Amino acid sequence: MAKSIAIIGDSESIKGFGAVGMDLFICDDPPSSPQLLKQIAENDYYAIIYMTEEIFEASSKEREKYTERAIPAIIPLPGVRGNTGIGQRRLSSFVEQAVGSDILFKN
Amino acid sequence: MDIMNVNPTRMQMTKLKKQLITAKRGHKMLKDKRDELMRQFIELVQENKRLREKVDAELSQCSAHFVNAGAVMSSKALNSSLMSSKQQTGVDVGSKNIMSVDVPVFSGVSESPNKSDIFPYGFSFTSFELDDAVSALNDLMPDLIKLAETEKSCELMAAEIERTRRRVNSLEHVMIPRYEATIKYIAMKLEENDRSSRTRLMKVKDMLLEKAHHYSEKQ
Repeated sequence: MAKSIAIIGDSESIKGFGAVGMDLFICDDPPSSPQLLKQIAENDYYAIIYMTEEIFEASSKEREKYTERAIPAIIPLPGVRGNTGIGQRRLSSFVEQAVGSDILFKN
Repeated sequence: MDIMNVNPTRMQMTKLKKQLITAKRGHKMLKDKRDELMRQFIELVQENKRLREKVDAELSQCSAHFVNAGAVMSSKALNSSLMSSKQQTGVDVGSKNIMSVDVPVFSGVSESPNKSDIFPYGFSFTSFELDDAVSALNDLMPDLIKLAETEKSCELMAAEIERTRRRVNSLEHVMIPRYEATIKYIAMKLEENDRSSRTRLMKVKDMLLEKAHHYSEKQ
């Protein structure tokens, strides 16, 4: 089954992704992002939802509802304001959860 | 080790012994499951790390290109150039079962007939920086989709590993020792009962013999 890809973020960061065929959801106000995420994720139309890092952090509570589900996959991407390393932190938190200590990024 | 609240009977002991065997077998199987999950997880995480580093680096380059393009073009022109995308990218969602964890498999489907269709604008009024940015982003798409797949898989597997590890630990450190302690307790209790009834019988025998033959008076 074919599903679409969505991206949420500030207009500056995500406008380029429109050119490669993603559906853009512009959200310039991070606190309102959980509501937006809920609307997008609800109807199962999107398999992957990318987010800029600010939105990713702002919507952490709403995101938790989808952690146990196979789709949508909610993935943080760095925006124009640079990379805060949230992707790596997320990865090391997975390692920590599974192994008990962070063996991948410690050194 | 605390023991279960059970009656110290032979039947109960047989039952517990059976349960102990099951628990040990379950423990071994769960341990194997955990080890295999862990092996696959580490592979996946390393792949994820590689993709994440690549995507982060290339995306920041793309953003730089877009910022440059924004500097030489008016923002209105830039926005309108990017607005009418000719291609629609989607993903085919499959699923794969890794040690009882259902992880998604994404394969990108891009609906654009020829390669030049990635540019949703004419070249006359746009900056070459924009072409670079869009083309780089387009090349990055497979990696972005792969990243989504591995990261989601890692997330699901990490949760499963944690669950399995807890089960293994609770079997290993709580359930099995408790079964063993209870079985030992029942065995000792039964032996104790056995000894006490034997001494009682010996005592009774002595008393009956005494009554019949009056040994103590004869001495």
